[in-house]
Amino acid sequence: MKKRLHLREKIIKNVCFVSSLTSIFFLAGITIILFKEGLPLFKGISFAEFFLGKSWYPTFDPPDFGMLPLFVGSLWITFGAILIAAPFGISIAIYISEFASPQIQLFLKSTIELLTGIPSVVFGFIGLAFLGPFLQKLLNLPVGLNSLNASILLALMAIPTISSLSEEALFSVSRHFKEASYALGATKWETVIKVVVPAAFPGINTAIFLGIGRVIGETMTVLMVAGGAAIIPHSFLQPARPITATIALEMGETVVGSDHYHALFALACVLFILNLGLNLVANYIFAKPRRLTS
Amino acid sequence: MKKLTQIIILTCLALMLIIPVSQAKDQLVVQGSTTVLPIAQAAAEVFMQNNSQADISVRGGGSGNGIAALIDGTCDIADASRSIKVKEVILCQKKGISPVGNIVAMDGIAVVVHTSNPVSALKTDQIKDVYTGKITNWKELGGEDLEIVIVGRDSSSGTFETFEELVMKGAKVSPAALAQASNKTVSTIISTTKGAIGYVGLGYLNDTIKAIEVNGVEANPETVGGGKYPISRPLYMYTDGAPEGMVKEFIEFIWSEEGQEIVTEQGFVALQ
Repeated sequence: MKKRLHLREKIIKNVCFVSSLTSIFFLAGITIILFKEGLPLFKGISFAEFFLGKSWYPTFDPPDFGMLPLFVGSLWITFGAILIAAPFGISIAIYISEFASPQIQLFLKSTIELLTGIPSVVFGFIGLAFLGPFLQKLLNLPVGLNSLNASILLALMAIPTISSLSEEALFSVSRHFKEASYALGATKWETVIKVVVPAAFPGINTAIFLGIGRVIGETMTVLMVAGGAAIIPHSFLQPARPITATIALEMGETVVGSDHYHALFALACVLFILNLGLNLVANYIFAKPRRLTS
Repeated sequence: MKKLTQIIILTCLALMLIIPVSQAKDQLVVQGSTTVLPIAQAAAEVFMQNNSQADISVRGGGSGNGIAALIDGTCDIADASRSIKVKEVILCQKKGISPVGNIVAMDGIAVVVHTSNPVSALKTDQIKDVYTGKITNWKELGGEDLEIVIVGRDSSSGTFETFEELVMKGAKVSPAALAQASNKTVSTIISTTKGAIGYVGLGYLNDTIKAIEVNGVEANPETVGGGKYPISRPLYMYTDGAPEGMVKEFIEFIWSEEGQEIVTEQGFVALQ
């Protein structure tokens, strides 16, 4: 009887162990494939040509594999999205954790979570069919598919991430700080802005970084609304083509094993490294000794 | 109770393994060009209705994708809206595949503008100049004083390839062109943007956009089939070697009168 129990526990423990190994296995596998298929590109062209080249004409003869407009496009749209999403997300978090009554808290939290449930292709469709023509008329542009359109929609996707993580960070600030602040005569508003928010800063920072990570990998929406012009954007009213949209657009028709194929994988490697970097930085900030929270 | 659950789970797992092996139907996998996809799908539906033994699975993914699958052996027919490239032929030779292109329909590429645009006819040279970025305003083409918005496809689409070969003739498309993922997206943008110009497959023409005459020829099934319309191309179904068995039956069905009617219904041009 005791032996059977012991064996069953051993089996369960090992099954769980194997499951965790499989996720590491898949991650390692994906990384290896990305680099295995992406690095052969550099046999034919130099790193400088790829990273700093300004024209992306992969099917031309001879082809140009300059990814700078695509890379800058990704960064530009992400920057715009966070510029909109961060203030909104943080203010929502502040309101929910400091000022809202419990019923409103619950209502707001569930409504914002609903935003995460909307598929990205639906956002893309809204951008194509409504936001695009609207921006076109409002700002007198030749076409409404540009970085601004993409940034607005991506901000809508990032706001739930930023607000829920920021709200958690704000919530975990120790009561003692708030009480000490009130004891010194500060108003609620002063307490929130000058004590609570700075104390929750590491957590809010993590929230923003994770929001950036969410946005930079977004493919379907930017494919449909960012315009698709492979130029280095100088303003938000210009169309742009991020890395994700380029990969989605061109992967279907490349010849497997060709330079174009390797170039697209190289783009994926860049995206992967970017995302990895963001996650590492976010973790580092998050793991810093949190002196101000309980 | 616990033992019963265990038995049920094991039986389910066992069934999951056995069932795929016991497929009695003839399977056919068709993969490739999104342009040819509507033809393949419609034809497959009718074919399966007529032959209960047939089980045809049709997928998109792009011409390059389809040919790659044919080389890998993961599909039986590769739909392609362009002819096979030299690089792909070399890959075929390495894997011992002999690609045979079976033309199943003709397709024309219509150049389209917004319905309110007064310009109704252009020459291929003018279209080329617009797409390279040399001409930037409609007034240079006899239209209104409006900035031209160039809409195109990504450079690896079969539709783009034909456009590049027959209109661009080796010149680079301006990087400011808005590259879209499909015929449908291009037509949606044209229908809502006054200054836009773009190109779509014949089957995607509708009331929301206006097709212009190219070199004096209107884009319609007669001119494409007869060879008068300058921007036209054959649509292929590539097979490994000459078609045999059910692959042969399916392609012969598309070549038949009923099959060619399906081709016309989908908006393409039947073979003359």
